[in-house]
Amino acid sequence: MSTLTALRDVTFERNLSLRKLKGKLFEIIAFFAILLGIAMLLTLLIDVFLDGLPWISTKLITEFPSRFPDKAGLRSALQGSVWLMVLTAVMAIPIGVGAGIYLEEFAPQNRITRFIEINVANLAGVPSIIYGLLGLGLFVRQLGLGRTLIAGAMTMALLVLPIIIVTTREAIRAVPQSIRQAALALGATDWEVSRDHVLVYSAPAIMTGIILAMSRAIGETAPLITIGALTYIAFDPKGPFDIFTVLPIQIFNWVSLPNPDFHGLAAAGIIILLAVLLSMNALAIWLRNRLQIRW
Amino acid sequence: MDNNHVVLETKNLNVFYGNFLAIKDVNFQVFRNQITAIIGPSGCGKSTLLRSFNRMNELVPSARSEGKILFNGEDIYDPTIDPVEVRRKIGMVFQKPNPFPKSIYENIAWGLKINGFRGSKSEMDDLVEQALRGAALWDEVKDKLDQSGLSLSGGQQQRLCIARAIAIKPEVILMDEPASALDPIATLKIEDLMRELKENYTIVIVTHNMQEAARVSDYTAMMMLTGEGERSGTVIEFDRTNIIFTRPKDKRTEDYITGRFG
Amino acid sequence: MTTTIQSLKSQNHLKRDREKKIVRALTFVFALLSVGTTAGIIYELLNETILFFREVSIIEFFTDTRWTPLFASKRFGVLPLVNGTLLVAAGAMLVAVPLGLLAAIFLSEYASERLRRILKPILEILAGIPTVVYGYFALLFITPILRDLFPETQIFNAASASIAMGFMILPLMASVSEDALSAVPRSLREAAYAMGATKFETATQVVLPAALSGVAAAFILAVSRAIGETMIVAIAAGQQPKLTLNPLQSVETMTAYIVQVSLGDTPHQSIAYKTIFAVGMLLFVMTLVMNIISYFVTKRFREKYE
Repeated sequence: MSTLTALRDVTFERNLSLRKLKGKLFEIIAFFAILLGIAMLLTLLIDVFLDGLPWISTKLITEFPSRFPDKAGLRSALQGSVWLMVLTAVMAIPIGVGAGIYLEEFAPQNRITRFIEINVANLAGVPSIIYGLLGLGLFVRQLGLGRTLIAGAMTMALLVLPIIIVTTREAIRAVPQSIRQAALALGATDWEVSRDHVLVYSAPAIMTGIILAMSRAIGETAPLITIGALTYIAFDPKGPFDIFTVLPIQIFNWVSLPNPDFHGLAAAGIIILLAVLLSMNALAIWLRNRLQIRW
Repeated sequence: MDNNHVVLETKNLNVFYGNFLAIKDVNFQVFRNQITAIIGPSGCGKSTLLRSFNRMNELVPSARSEGKILFNGEDIYDPTIDPVEVRRKIGMVFQKPNPFPKSIYENIAWGLKINGFRGSKSEMDDLVEQALRGAALWDEVKDKLDQSGLSLSGGQQQRLCIARAIAIKPEVILMDEPASALDPIATLKIEDLMRELKENYTIVIVTHNMQEAARVSDYTAMMMLTGEGERSGTVIEFDRTNIIFTRPKDKRTEDYITGRFG
Repeated sequence: MTTTIQSLKSQNHLKRDREKKIVRALTFVFALLSVGTTAGIIYELLNETILFFREVSIIEFFTDTRWTPLFASKRFGVLPLVNGTLLVAAGAMLVAVPLGLLAAIFLSEYASERLRRILKPILEILAGIPTVVYGYFALLFITPILRDLFPETQIFNAASASIAMGFMILPLMASVSEDALSAVPRSLREAAYAMGATKFETATQVVLPAALSGVAAAFILAVSRAIGETMIVAIAAGQQPKLTLNPLQSVETMTAYIVQVSLGDTPHQSIAYKTIFAVGMLLFVMTLVMNIISYFVTKRFREKYE
């Protein structure tokens, strides 16, 4: 009885409208945080376009780098990037997808598996320049490959491997368990289930992950500088054992020069790089929306 | 009991999930070309028992079993026997229809391919047709074999799954509540189909629908939770279906059946 | 029907079995390659680092206040590089943490499903832009503005790199925090609403504290990313290793130093070659420790709610 009276005596100063106002204010501020991020993105894009557009020309694609801005182009860098991407993809895709299948479909639940999983998670967080030091010590020096495309591609493959493994696992996990059971109940081995069902149905999502991994690789600069990818290459790379340069390194090189004309060239190079990235991402989104099976 | 040929037989079967004894001391037989129903309240281990017959239980990492399951006298849990071979001979139809997201044709052809079918295209066509006819689906799909299995209705999907299972000519078909996700008309079709299928196959069906068990099965195994704290399931009574449903020997069976029938 | 009973053992599927075993073994080797990569990194870094410490005392490395391995009078105090690294990273966190956290709260608590589906991918673009582009932007767009505002700003300075890096890390901070906020059970929010709390009070006083360890994990992950980031600092922050807290001055980070040495033609046996591995080792250990902490914080957070 007494507690009830006591309760009745408490006066609440609820002032709901003030509390709601505070909430509204916070919502607006939080929304502006996102807008600020988007505004920064737009500023960056516009800045690059304004700087680079005057330098976009066919010469950019047909000419080798040069001391003279009006004669300089990205020919060797573009070819180097294409070579590097192809070589990286050839190594990283089968290994990454394979490791993803193993961890998701075959691996027993034991210490070795857990150890591998922790390893993959950790590798995804290792700074890219550390991969460069690994490539420098292992591929360039110890394996004696020198500063070649193949050494760069091996370094890059190790760098994107964790991304491919993780996205492959996510893609595979989206295939319902009931499909695996249906196939196993027909007398299939676990590999046949993976080969004819799991991989087939998750292929669009795996492809999406691979494209994202490759778009990470195409913009990556630091590890290639570390293994010593040269910046001045005035010939077309002929094979995996040629020395090379790539698009982002050429951009870096031009940014570092004091002459503002080279900054324009760098911006033009960035436009090309971003255009390539944009088309890769568009392809990834298209794959995801068009080909993905909805369960 | 009569002297039909015994296809499947469990001997003192215990199945554990980790330390948890899910079903214990199960002893019963499945006779050739008969439909055997496993009934009982939910959670009593009906599906666990069914999945022991084709070693699908092993897909749960913590699962292990003791005792024997004899298939034509051979222990399917013998270490020298590959579960793949067991599943080839003992097919399964699941609770929810789970066709592959491939064409209707491929849904059936795949099982034949992995199991070593090396015939010509026209032989394969024949086998696909046979399986679809066997599952009473041929007339409905013969003009759209290249369409996705997912484009069919639920009942058709389930018959496609049955066609897929019988295409590889198993001896036994395990059915885990095959009609529970279907409407009454589709359910009747599946039940009719089961009666036809038993001419050539042995069927074990799990159901929690007792009318269904009474309608389609020849034999019935009644499962209940028993043991310490009533946590482990076991078969408390096994007999001809008409006996189970009219003169059960076990009081618990009678209570369960009459309780449900109201 | 007459059935000939075949033994289960009689079937011959050796070929299928072999294929399965080969694939299992091969994919296992592929998975093991990740362990090999880690081992390779540690081996390569350790190898040269040990050679480095044969020539330079470990005490000098960690206590000397000057870093001049490329000069005639060589000093090997790594502190200026660490200072530069932490200064730039701290500046980046000043941008990324408040913005990322606000963005996360907005996306998880306020935004409609439709709005979230539009905003999130746009924010993710920020994380997908190559870092060399951010470097360009920091040096040629942010720095001139800074120099207008603060005339004492040096051409290469920590602040411009920090700002660009902050926006690059924002999506990471936002998405990991948002995951943590979204993982807070609905029942907790309902409990707060049932007591008469407003949405704002629920979000900041109930949901955010409940998700704090997840947000902490996002923070650590973001710091680790900032410390390892290379191209932005190599382009915009300069190459002057010094002990300063002034963000308007030129500094050098550990990563920028590795780039500086790599750009020159450094002979294999030289001390300069060894320094980049010693610095790399320190960087690797720093990020590794942070990744491990974040891993365990996240794990504990997940266990709490799953």
